[in-house]
Amino acid sequence: MKYAFYPGCVARGACPELYSATLEVCEILGIELDEQALEGAACTGAGVLQEKNLLLADTLNARTFALAEKSGLPLMTICSTCQGVMSQANQRLTEDPEYLAKVNETLADEGLEYKGTIDPKHLLWIIAEDLGIDFLESKIVRKLEGFKFAPFYGCYIVRPSKALKLDENPNRKQALEQVIETVGAEVVEFPGSTLCCGFPILTINPKNSQTMVANHTIDAKDRGADAMVTPCPLCHLNLDGYQPNAAALAKRDIDLPIIHLPQLVGLALGIAPEKMRLNKHLVSTKKLLSELAVAP
Amino acid sequence: MEVNFKVQRFDPESTDLVSHYQNYQVEMTESSTVLDGLIKIREEDDGTLSLRCSCRAAICGSCAMRINGEAGLACNTKIVDVIPSDGSPITIEPAGNLPVIKDLIVDFQPFWSKFKAVEPWLQPGEIEPEGEYLAPEEDMIHLAGVVSCILCGACVSDCTVLEVDDNFLGPAALAKAYRFSRDPRDESDDQRLAQLNQPGGVWDCTRCMKCVEVCPKGVDPMDRIMLLREKVMDAGYNNTSGARHANAFAKFLKNSGWLDELRLPVLSFGIFNIKAMIGLIPLGIRSQLAGKRPPIFHHKLSSAKEIKKIFEKVESKK
Repeated sequence: MKYAFYPGCVARGACPELYSATLEVCEILGIELDEQALEGAACTGAGVLQEKNLLLADTLNARTFALAEKSGLPLMTICSTCQGVMSQANQRLTEDPEYLAKVNETLADEGLEYKGTIDPKHLLWIIAEDLGIDFLESKIVRKLEGFKFAPFYGCYIVRPSKALKLDENPNRKQALEQVIETVGAEVVEFPGSTLCCGFPILTINPKNSQTMVANHTIDAKDRGADAMVTPCPLCHLNLDGYQPNAAALAKRDIDLPIIHLPQLVGLALGIAPEKMRLNKHLVSTKKLLSELAVAP
Repeated sequence: MEVNFKVQRFDPESTDLVSHYQNYQVEMTESSTVLDGLIKIREEDDGTLSLRCSCRAAICGSCAMRINGEAGLACNTKIVDVIPSDGSPITIEPAGNLPVIKDLIVDFQPFWSKFKAVEPWLQPGEIEPEGEYLAPEEDMIHLAGVVSCILCGACVSDCTVLEVDDNFLGPAALAKAYRFSRDPRDESDDQRLAQLNQPGGVWDCTRCMKCVEVCPKGVDPMDRIMLLREKVMDAGYNNTSGARHANAFAKFLKNSGWLDELRLPVLSFGIFNIKAMIGLIPLGIRSQLAGKRPPIFHHKLSSAKEIKKIFEKVESKK
């Protein structure tokens, strides 16, 4: 299976480990990634540009979709925020022909046109829907039995449910749990699984942002999680990078590794942790990795 | 059809100061709503169960509560749509983020105080028109969605910011503030926007979209908050972390096509915000030690020129 690959800013910036892990995992799963197809595609605006100018943000996303259409490939992302923002933009563009025409007027300057045929998909959905959980299971060489992972979806891959087509694809609400179970680990349920990680208000209201980090990581840790797994690199940045601040705020240790979805899958596919830069996290994964090394 | 409910109970007059869950089993039909079920429990099984309801038609906004953990109106939620597939009971809890008075009844006082704080009424200018105050049809059509708010509190119940901070005005009050701020007959924007720009106002929303998801009337409170942010910035209030973040974000995109994650937080906090700059140092050191940081030199995307042209063209239309 071949996809036009949209890694997003964070995987090329502050989370290079997500990018490395994705390439490793996709190779084993037979997902061919064409990054050239979307060469020069802009940032989605991440919901922030939308605050300033919605039409502008939608035009940039329509441009990305037009490039994907041109390549004839389906579009894959590895960032929940990109997924959510693209799905919302796509909904506005495909539901209103007049709006799409207005956007295409701008794209025409570059010889591009978005016809409305793209359905952007996160790697999580590609694993659960396009490849299938059974296929994933067939590729697993190392069951992560005895380990407990807390699924952290965040917001953009679960809301708004209409733009993300969750009713048509009810499996998307449980895809992360399905992957955790398929790799042989146990799912740790906790209340904040689909709540906000606090990243968007990181600079605006650091105390609220870090309280959110503290609440989620402590809830997961106290329910026995060895690590938290997320399909969103922005959630990762806050939950991992600001966990020491959150621990100071909560006046207790937390020490919960936050791993990216492809890193979890990669461990079960037998990929060496260093190849997925699992040793480059701010909250150390050392304990988790050493336990994995001795676990049967 | 036999239906199992697990209802959160709390009685302020009991010696037990914490809430507990109680299970009920009732016979319902395929077309019954959650409210039908709760009323049946109260009338036939347990007269002590307290809840608010009135119109039973999603108009009065009295029966907002959490159904299986998510806020909604009990009167327009069909039982068959919320029976968990694993056979567990339907969980009913009072609305969140508001103090519980008894069982499913919450105290709306904090809701009303915030609502009142945004002055939810029209404030026309000093010059009175000779006849009526006229409003163009397209403006009122644009506001129709937000006018539909029935003040049920579902958005407040599930707001992820209110969960950690009582000071936030919250989605319902802010959506209402937009309703008046955007009304062509209202001329109080100077004061309104200045107030909404304060801490606890438009910038504290974390864009989690919970309010959009749970609103039973399609008010889309978060989208209104984003439009208020745009209004606040257009009015020249650009000296908040939120506005600096949005402006810096747009500038990076315009000039290079993608984000410069190394410089964005610095510009968002404000370079002269010494306390925040010092606060960033430990994170910088930790990232450096872990070998995890964005590239020091930010390069432009290959299509940076084309992207900049799109910015210029669309911005000129605004």
